[in-house]
Amino acid sequence: MSKAVDRPGAEEMPSAPGARRIKAGAGWGAARLRAADWPARQATTSFVLPAVLLLFFLSIFPLLVSAYLSLTRFQFVPGGFALRWVGLTNYGKLLVGIEQSHFLGVPKPPTVVGWLLFGLAASVLLAFVVRGITSASGRRGVVGRAVFAVVAGAGVWLAVRTLTPGGFPGTLLTTLTYVVVGITVQYWLGLWLAFLCAQEIAGRRFFRVVFLLPMMITPVGIAYTFRILMDLGKGPFAPLWRALGLAEVSWANYAWGARLVVMIGDIWQWTPFMFIVLLAALESLPTELIEAARVDGASRWQLFWRISWPQLIPVTSTLILIRLIEAFKIIDLPNVLTNGGPGTATESLTLHAFMAWRTLDIGGSAAVAYMLLFVVTFAALSYVNLFHRRLAEVA
Amino acid sequence: MARVWRVRRSPTALPPWLAVVFYTALVTWAAVVLFPLYWIVVTSFKLPIHVYAGPVYLPFVDFTPSLHAWRYIFVDLRNDTLRPFVNTVIVALMSSTLALVLGTGAGYGLLRFHYRPRLSAILLFVATALVVVAAMIERVNGLVAVGGGVLLFLLVRAVLGRGGRTVGNDDIAFWMISQRMLPPVAVVIPIYVMFQRLSLLDTRAALIITYTAVNLPIVVWLMRDYFRNISLELEESAAIDGASLYRIFWSIVLPLATPGLAATFLLVLVFSWNEYLFALFLTSANAQTLPLSIAAQNATRGPMWWYMSVLILLMITPVIAMAIALERYIAKGLLVGALKG
Repeated sequence: MSKAVDRPGAEEMPSAPGARRIKAGAGWGAARLRAADWPARQATTSFVLPAVLLLFFLSIFPLLVSAYLSLTRFQFVPGGFALRWVGLTNYGKLLVGIEQSHFLGVPKPPTVVGWLLFGLAASVLLAFVVRGITSASGRRGVVGRAVFAVVAGAGVWLAVRTLTPGGFPGTLLTTLTYVVVGITVQYWLGLWLAFLCAQEIAGRRFFRVVFLLPMMITPVGIAYTFRILMDLGKGPFAPLWRALGLAEVSWANYAWGARLVVMIGDIWQWTPFMFIVLLAALESLPTELIEAARVDGASRWQLFWRISWPQLIPVTSTLILIRLIEAFKIIDLPNVLTNGGPGTATESLTLHAFMAWRTLDIGGSAAVAYMLLFVVTFAALSYVNLFHRRLAEVA
Repeated sequence: MARVWRVRRSPTALPPWLAVVFYTALVTWAAVVLFPLYWIVVTSFKLPIHVYAGPVYLPFVDFTPSLHAWRYIFVDLRNDTLRPFVNTVIVALMSSTLALVLGTGAGYGLLRFHYRPRLSAILLFVATALVVVAAMIERVNGLVAVGGGVLLFLLVRAVLGRGGRTVGNDDIAFWMISQRMLPPVAVVIPIYVMFQRLSLLDTRAALIITYTAVNLPIVVWLMRDYFRNISLELEESAAIDGASLYRIFWSIVLPLATPGLAATFLLVLVFSWNEYLFALFLTSANAQTLPLSIAAQNATRGPMWWYMSVLILLMITPVIAMAIALERYIAKGLLVGALKG
């Protein structure tokens, strides 16, 4: 697999010693291996091959098999089971068929506010595309922006139609809500806490260790803990709810109450991740700029927003990317806290797939999983291409 | 609020009113973090009546603590608690170690050596492996299927020749890291079927293999960035002295990367320690892990909070102890990855 630099045409390149070093990056191994024998070349391969093979067998093949499953229907037949080829029926069910209300939600005509919001979002997206055309960033950039704008616009349209009174958002929108709200709150909270812990105050170490803890706790444990904490009749805050006359109601019966509790649990668990990385980044910033600004009389507030925070943008961008990828996978919290209820109000896409699997709708489950894969891939690729590259170059 | 007092007296750059604001914020969030933990501890000492009659807060003050839940979990259930615990420990340690070994090698290899596998060869490999897997699902003898697959692969490769597009290191690395994007639920059913065919369902081996694969991308990603910061000169001089690749890697590179290894190991360990979805699909009784036994305390008469609390405590104490001990490493290790992205 590995190859020395003996490909045809290599001789034509200027071979100053420096150029070789730069071109090869860190490739002394390759250079040394030019004259090396077969076993030594296999040695470099042995570093990578086990990992590649493991990933092939546990993610590429299962993924291909899943793609096949999503195009079939699982049936019991005498003496076992059979997979019947049904084409795109499983996807059709999700998008336009009987599962539509589960996956996409129940649409209703939007209200005036809904129309206004949609108009606003549409004009922002249009401006985004127009700016891409005028800034001459190449045709690929414009196509990327246009595709993103169309899909995002469709998402907003779906949100506007299902979030109106009488409408009901499906698992797709619920998952997106978890992701967007979760990441936003976690980031700002984590930044604020990192800012506090970066100050010269006593007890810093105590606080940073305490703030780290929730990340280490199993999500299932967190879910049960929040279930008892949030029990309005028997939880620790019961006297408060009683005083407010809420002791006899249950948030679990209200769609948004249940979603809110799931989001609180998620925020509690993942703010530490943002916090710990942002704090480490803050502390590793060079101090000269800050010192200079301080001498010039900048306030603590200005120091942070004008000098420290802009330097954190690359880290911020990566953090958001990581959480974006991870947050889509949420299942433990809604499964344990509410079992997806009331109805399907708190079901995430992963939980949706799991529920389908439990009713032996294997094909439907695989189709939901693939939908999730499309959404995650689209979100991550759009983010990387449209924002992350640019943000990472700021510093 | 005793802390506020101390700060006022200690010499600090903060003006007093700002110190009050900052400490209020810090103490508030510390309370938000610690109160649920406190509540688990308290609940583990409660009798059912204490939970169902409305909240009681302080042991010895407004209720008499009882050890009944602890006795039930550790004495009555002895083996049913011990087995998931041992499972969790073994699975987490083994899979993290394996992921670290494989991922570190891959991260290092992708940084230092040049790989130029041909796209056609990769696709051919995938295709033949699929044929082999399909044949095995159709109950063809395993040895025959694999042997036939190898022959087919070599034959077609010889016919196609050695030309064509190649794939670079960055492509391989991107592919590996992007595996993290894969939602577990998209692959869990085929993995379930695969382990069923191999009769590995409900064994620790199945969980270990799966977790290793799931954690591999993180290890590759973090360790590759860590190795990038290690100077080349030492390795070059060792190579001139005639040390083998393995020896350079083992005696020079790995010792220099110890802090990164520690952070990555801890992170991966926590992920596999807490994992729920794969354990839910792949285990039933023998290989059950702790997250599942916590969830199992949700009986028909409603969750048994007191037992659950004991199990949650049993589960979080080891990781919290490690987190406190290695807090600095975690921060540094994660930052390296986030900076390079």
